[in-house]
Amino acid sequence: MTSARGTPTAAAIVRGDRRALARAITLVESGDEAADRLLRAIFPRTGRVPIVGLAGPLGVGKSSLVNLLAAHLRAQGRSVGIVAVDPSSPFSGGSVLGDRIRFDRGTGGPDVFFRSMASRGAAGGVAEATRDVVRLLEAAGFDVVLVETVGSGQVDVAIRGVATTRVVVLVPHLGDQVQTLKAGLFEIADVFCVNKSDLPGSEIAERDLSELASLGAGPDGWRSRIVRTSTVVPSGIPQLWSAIEAHEGFRAGSPDHAAEQRKRLEEEIVDRVRDVVSRDVARRLATDPGLRTLVDQVVARKLDPRSAADRLVPKGRR
Amino acid sequence: MAEKTRRTPLRVLIAKPGLDGHDRGAKIVARALRDAGMEVIYAGLRQTPEEIVRAAVEEDVDLIGLSILSGAHMALFPKVLRLLKKETGTKIPVFAGGIIPDEDARRLRRLGIRAIFGPGASLQEIVTTAQRLARGAA
Repeated sequence: MTSARGTPTAAAIVRGDRRALARAITLVESGDEAADRLLRAIFPRTGRVPIVGLAGPLGVGKSSLVNLLAAHLRAQGRSVGIVAVDPSSPFSGGSVLGDRIRFDRGTGGPDVFFRSMASRGAAGGVAEATRDVVRLLEAAGFDVVLVETVGSGQVDVAIRGVATTRVVVLVPHLGDQVQTLKAGLFEIADVFCVNKSDLPGSEIAERDLSELASLGAGPDGWRSRIVRTSTVVPSGIPQLWSAIEAHEGFRAGSPDHAAEQRKRLEEEIVDRVRDVVSRDVARRLATDPGLRTLVDQVVARKLDPRSAADRLVPKGRR
Repeated sequence: MAEKTRRTPLRVLIAKPGLDGHDRGAKIVARALRDAGMEVIYAGLRQTPEEIVRAAVEEDVDLIGLSILSGAHMALFPKVLRLLKKETGTKIPVFAGGIIPDEDARRLRRLGIRAIFGPGASLQEIVTTAQRLARGAA
């Protein structure tokens, strides 16, 4: 059992206790040690459901689409966990998390769980803890997890490592066809969604993207789909979900699937090691008087930063 | 990358129960709390007490701020407090702002609204109170 401010158990999360889930997310976000134990316990239950990431510039309608997708899924009898990430201030560390205002009352109920997350200094469109928060939602039994990223620019592709299907949301008049050729955001899309298709110019945007897709499939052999949607008078939502499902199906049947999953988990292990080691080194530099002299030497330009780093990571572990 | 050791930001839900559409005050308070380093979940207009409590649970907030200018505070605030107690069993502190007559404010404080701000309240006062209330809950 859990008291509201206490530590929840993995069993409570799996049972569908919403307060336990909410509290666990807070612990994961703040890097609490209790979170490590929880994540260890639930890990075997993860890696099974579609995790749909929505990325794209600010104001293109990601929150509204998340809301309509959730309603569509619920009408099909599926439960939905949602994580919506907004930026933290680089100055105060605070944030205004406003994605919830698009969240329709009708979408509420026990089958939907909506959590706002601040990016807390992470670049790339998601917070550091987003991957683990998604796992908690999976363990709590949601059939689909939707992740809405920070309104992103051209290079915010961190959702790649979190989602199983990436939807890049765009609107008419965002740029000419050359934009679609550039590296970054356009490369990670499994599905392109041209939202606000009630506005003039959406056919042109769709055509430009179709031509991009016709240039060839991605490294995994998947050819991006393009869907036009509107959220004012909702349209295109079932088509958007079909495109997502088609990619999920392709992924499951692809011979590269296992290798891709392996590579991702490998990357996560490396990330984790980097985190642990850098945190440890930062702590030692701040507290160990012997190491202060090392920094002093670098400040005096008597030692270079690389050599100083070599001395901090023991030989044989480099 | 931000340092990992810094304190976890306080989380606060700002919501407007009922039917009035005057949200400028709520937005300004949200912005001030952001600048004070809090994570503000802005739930927006026309929220029912059920939705507010649901959001407070899912977002695991340390504090709830309610803004109201419609005059329906005596109907809506006690309902939020009741549901909150039922759903969470604990006391997430609730503060309020808006047009609330003194006599109502006194009654609402007795019912458990921890602080009430009317026209002319300074942002500094609101921020300081919010921090004090939220830390008490954490």
